[in-house]
Amino acid sequence: MPILETQQLSYVYGEGTPFEKAAVKNVSLTIHKGEFIGVIGHTGSGKSTLVQQLNGLLRPSSGRVLLDGKDIWAEPKKIRDIRFRVGMVFQYPEHQLFEETVYKDISFGPRNMGIREEELDRRVRSAAAFVGLKDELLEASPFEISGGEKRRAAIAGVIAMDPDILILDEPTAGLDPRGRDVLLAQILNYHKQRGNTVLLVSHSMEDIARIADRVLVMNNGSVAMFDTTRAIFARGEELEEMGLRVPQITKIMRDLQHAGWPVSSGVLTVEQGVREMLKLLKERGESHG
Amino acid sequence: MVRDVTLGQFVPGKSVLHRMDPRAKIVLLLAFIVMLFVSNNFLSLGIMTAAVLIAIGCSGVSLRLYVKSLRMILFVVLFTAVLNLFYGRGEPLVTLFGFMQITANGIKNSVFVAVRITELILISSVLTFTTSPTDLTDALERLMKPLKVFHIKVHEIAMMMTIALCFVPTLLEKPDKIMSGEKARGADLESGGLMQRVKALIPILIPLFVSSFRRAYDLAMAMECRCYHGGEGRTRMKSLHLGTLDVSVIVFTAAFSLAAIACNIWLPLGAAL
Ligand SMILES: Nc1ncnc2c1ncn2[C@@H]1O[C@H](COP(=O)(O)OP(=O)(O)O)[C@@H](O)[C@H]1O
Ligand SMILES: [Mg+2]
Repeated sequence: MPILETQQLSYVYGEGTPFEKAAVKNVSLTIHKGEFIGVIGHTGSGKSTLVQQLNGLLRPSSGRVLLDGKDIWAEPKKIRDIRFRVGMVFQYPEHQLFEETVYKDISFGPRNMGIREEELDRRVRSAAAFVGLKDELLEASPFEISGGEKRRAAIAGVIAMDPDILILDEPTAGLDPRGRDVLLAQILNYHKQRGNTVLLVSHSMEDIARIADRVLVMNNGSVAMFDTTRAIFARGEELEEMGLRVPQITKIMRDLQHAGWPVSSGVLTVEQGVREMLKLLKERGESHG
Repeated sequence: MVRDVTLGQFVPGKSVLHRMDPRAKIVLLLAFIVMLFVSNNFLSLGIMTAAVLIAIGCSGVSLRLYVKSLRMILFVVLFTAVLNLFYGRGEPLVTLFGFMQITANGIKNSVFVAVRITELILISSVLTFTTSPTDLTDALERLMKPLKVFHIKVHEIAMMMTIALCFVPTLLEKPDKIMSGEKARGADLESGGLMQRVKALIPILIPLFVSSFRRAYDLAMAMECRCYHGGEGRTRMKSLHLGTLDVSVIVFTAAFSLAAIACNIWLPLGAAL
């Protein structure tokens, strides 16, 4: 059974006002347990609006969200339990830190779930470890640590709730390339160790190409494509028409292929590209020699 | 939510009123308000009403927005109108509960008050719909310049107003975002007793203050980096000019005002009631 499913999901902002805006239109998806899903789309394509409906922060204008086959709005009073099961990290989550210490801030979510004492301590520490926050930082004020550390503390605050599904809305926005790589590696590591489902929203193709199993492409509020990462990036021209840039290496390999070289089209990372090129050089070397 | 506020919202456009000098608009608005309260009979009030309708027509802003801004103060209008109904002088026409008397004079007052408040809101909306907040404070600063004689820091006040107005949309957007973030971590804002609810606000208010202060520091720093040192000797990027357009609107308003005054003097219709 799929862990998360949406049926004809639509969301309209400011319904009945002059500023009415249909942000998500008729989205039907099926996501299985343990998948790592990348969600891409240009700015304003409805990514944030879509994922905020998956944990009940926004109530769909029409359509349903099913978690383990049950409509999450079946009992609106229990929506908080849904939010604990579907953890959500917002864009710029560091803006929501408020406690006196990082430790207390990370424990805010689990404490709201009713978790106390040893279990709480265990969760906070393991969440901090996942995002690479050093122990001595836990007693610091969240307002005196660096920007990157704040971001990690905020993500740890959601991981500490140990959600079955973790949604991250542009977690790497505004980080330097190194910070970005480290954070993505930590998220991937967390996913691998815990085996839980992850949705990573991003407009950076490079981020997603490397780690997602499947990719959901949003365009103007609708699903444009939903397929394996390799299959998606093989459709580079279509992505570019939607204002999305495929990873540079994918583009180079595609151009080579168009120029008549026998390389594969779905190359996603530089390492794969190097392998393809070496293979090609070797073949040519043999045919010449 | 918090964002659905129409009163005092700028609607970009290219209408005659958008292109006018904001100083002229403010002065005309003041003149107009005075005229509204000077008009003491139905004919002069009718003339002012016609002027309001023409101004609305010239503003190029959808009627729906005007209706919306009126709806927000509908209660005030009704309340004052009903109150005035019972405060007229003269022979009572109807007596309710033995002591509440409605007189012809009361009815007239009540209608006048309702019309005046409605027009006041409409004509002020014309100004705020067609003038960007920065233009508005800029114009106010210049109009208030003579107050410098009394050692009032006109420039600083105007700068504060501009900054405050510029940040309203950002400040309104922030709580929404922070609230969603804390809700996602299980903050319960909807249930519980009063104390619990106040406590539940802490996770929202602290980040809000922190981000507002940070923004203020950043802005102050940016202003200082550009050598801002108050109003002394500052020149303007956009200088305002009174053009033929402004003059014609002024003449137009003056004509309406004179007509209304003439009606007040020679047609004392009001006195008949
Ligand atoms: N709170 C809101 N009120 C009104 N419109 C909104 C709001 N949030 C987003 N929108 C609009 O909905 C559309 C989708 O936005 P969003 O889901 O944030 O896209 P993305 O996350 O892909 O950039 C955009 O056109 C945006 O302007
Ligand atoms: Mg977004």
